[in-house]
Amino acid sequence: MDIVINCLKAFLIGGAFCVVAQLLIDKTKLTPARILVCYVCAGVFLTAIGVYGPIVDFAGCGATVPLTGFGYAIANGVKTAIDEKGALGILTGGITGTAGGITAALCLGLIASLIFKSKPKK
Amino acid sequence: MDKKEYIEYVEARSKKSPIIQNLIRAFLIGGAICSLGQALLELYRLFIVELKDAQALVSITLIAIAILLTGIGIFDNIARVAGAGTLVPITGFANAIASCAIDTKSEGYVMGVGAKIFSISGPVILFGTFSGVIYGIFYYFITMFWG
Repeated sequence: MDIVINCLKAFLIGGAFCVVAQLLIDKTKLTPARILVCYVCAGVFLTAIGVYGPIVDFAGCGATVPLTGFGYAIANGVKTAIDEKGALGILTGGITGTAGGITAALCLGLIASLIFKSKPKK
Repeated sequence: MDKKEYIEYVEARSKKSPIIQNLIRAFLIGGAICSLGQALLELYRLFIVELKDAQALVSITLIAIAILLTGIGIFDNIARVAGAGTLVPITGFANAIASCAIDTKSEGYVMGVGAKIFSISGPVILFGTFSGVIYGIFYYFITMFWG
């Protein structure tokens, strides 16, 4: 039963993050790229002030899968690296925390461009 | 069709879909992607002890699915309905990378795919990393003086 409840929490919180972004798209002139940038920076900021950690503890993937979770991974990576290595961690932590996702997306993106042809936009 | 008919036709087609409907779609599809992620996380936790590693693998799985769907042309159809529902989860980031890469392959692999694969993901990585560094500087000095 735990799994069902956890998935439900992820659904509600993750959905809420998307609703906020949809409101921003419909009500303001923010382009999707700007919203992604805002979400990542907001994720770093909210993690820094200690708000995002508890949301992750509650919602699991509902908080880590939206792009704010990308910011959470950056901020957490920075914090861990500083704890371990001192000042150098300021520079090494951010990318380390998100290395898996960025590398996977770039490599698979390149492979996709080798295999697939672009489709005419409808 | 005469001019009047044409104007009516255009107005009917350009009628904005109501905001409430957009919000509900974004909520349902975005929520569904996150709970798929959660289900994967619960599965991976059976094999992987570190929570962080399992979370990273969930992201990678969702990225792989999104890129595959982008390649075969299904992602755009879902995104048109979902709006922010597919944009905000990590799937939107993966789609941005894959669609930029696929669309620019005719411009060559170095300055086409290689450069433009970053045209949406680049700003995300840049500003994300930069805000991480600012946080790092604060964190470093705060722990140094109060830690």
